[in-house]
Amino acid sequence: MLKAYYHLLLRDLRLALRNRHELANPLIFFVLVVTLFPLAVTPTPDVLQAMAPGVIWVSALLAVLLSLDRLFKQDYDDGSLDQLMLSPNPLMILVLAKVSAHWLLTGLPLVIIAPLLGLFMSLPTEAVSALIYSLLLGTPVLSLVGAIGVSLTVAVNRGGVLLSLIILPLYIPILIFGANAVDVASDGLPVTGQLLFLGAVLALALSLAPLATAVALRITASR
Amino acid sequence: MWNWIQRFSSPKHFYSMSAPLINVFAISALLIGIYGLYLGLFVAPTDYQQGESYRIIFIHVPAAWMSLFIYMVMAISSGIGIIWQIRLADMVAAASAPIGASFAFLALVTGALWGKPMWGAYWVWDARLTSELILLFLYLGYMALQSAIDDQRSADKASGLLAIVGVVNIPIIHYSVEWWNTLHQGATVAKFDKPSMHIDMLIPLMLMALAFKLFYGALVLVRTRNEALYRDRNRRWVRELIEKL
Amino acid sequence: MNWSEFFHMGGYAFFVWTSYALTLIVIVANIVAPIIQRKKVIARIKRAIKRENIETANAEKQ
Repeated sequence: MLKAYYHLLLRDLRLALRNRHELANPLIFFVLVVTLFPLAVTPTPDVLQAMAPGVIWVSALLAVLLSLDRLFKQDYDDGSLDQLMLSPNPLMILVLAKVSAHWLLTGLPLVIIAPLLGLFMSLPTEAVSALIYSLLLGTPVLSLVGAIGVSLTVAVNRGGVLLSLIILPLYIPILIFGANAVDVASDGLPVTGQLLFLGAVLALALSLAPLATAVALRITASR
Repeated sequence: MWNWIQRFSSPKHFYSMSAPLINVFAISALLIGIYGLYLGLFVAPTDYQQGESYRIIFIHVPAAWMSLFIYMVMAISSGIGIIWQIRLADMVAAASAPIGASFAFLALVTGALWGKPMWGAYWVWDARLTSELILLFLYLGYMALQSAIDDQRSADKASGLLAIVGVVNIPIIHYSVEWWNTLHQGATVAKFDKPSMHIDMLIPLMLMALAFKLFYGALVLVRTRNEALYRDRNRRWVRELIEKL
Repeated sequence: MNWSEFFHMGGYAFFVWTSYALTLIVIVANIVAPIIQRKKVIARIKRAIKRENIETANAEKQ
């Protein structure tokens, strides 16, 4: 079972690394959207700092949302998704492997580049570390919950807008606590509570979302 | 037992059994609603803080309760449909969505109209209104997914799963919105404090809630009958029924 | 309490009566929509029956 997990994880990583330019797209998108805000509102550091937590978190949300497509789309199109479902390994584990790969390829890079954006938005240093921790705990949830949405919409033509319609409301708690952690940290207050909440949601998503995704994939495959 | 459930939940059986129930629900909803409105608008005393504007409560709160209740019904019947493959449960879930969405919409609009005299603005990011707005989005997502998938059976299963995921999320969303709201609450926002509601206000509120629930009962029966006719349109019982009309 | 006072709603007439009017609209829409839906479904099934009858009649002729 563990072996199946690693094999699928490595396969997905290897496939993704083959077309590297596509890999960077969500990352560029993330930086680009954040860059728009100083241009659209004001470059004044005080205002930027007040907006920064929300702006960075919303941009991260959208970047993950746009990248969700590649979680199952290609496998669905070329039929390897059906092969996965025929495998004797529990589908939950395979889903978990695919989601892990997705997070390593999109969530983790977002976390790594986040300090740069903190710099752009003139966040104080303590807020930057809160930003990293909250993204580290929050982005896996985005991938996990997003996987449910993609598996429901992967067979729908032009499912992109539909996906955001059904997934964004579910992202709201993560957005609230993630952005607030950064906000509170820039006032120099402790953020343990917010991070604990994000951790609790991560544990919940980790245990339930793969199950829901597995059921959703079976529903999608049955048509 | 299992056979009995299977037969009882067949769309054909449901169709013939549900017709008299519609009238029962509709008429009792109408009578209770009229009595509740009479008590609410004429008998209930004026609120000492909010004046007469509080009378919006008799539709706002029941609508908000119903929007949540109907989402629960959708999630539970979707679960029954997915686990036990009972088609009637899927039909109930699909029939409930537009009704629930309309109640969520009503709760939002009446909330805004209540908010204007109370808060001085039609929309403030109050925890309850925000949660209600997210609930409306959940309904719209369900309906969008339901209509995007051509194959009826997998449309039911897929949107049903979404309803279940949504219901797991509702407490988390609600909690985080409440928490968010206490942080950002401005000085001007006064909450609707109802430590102890006057009994003359509580009774019409409960009557209106009951009337709304009965109204939903009648509506969901009518809509589920439509779904049954449509989904079984190539089956014998529907053909025989239509030819008799 | 007289009627004009009742309709005045202590100065909140606009908010209260707009709320109640909207409720009425939503209720009426909720009643009308399934009735129209039912008519459409029945008409559609009737058309299907007619079409199939013509098709079977044609098949018998040949």
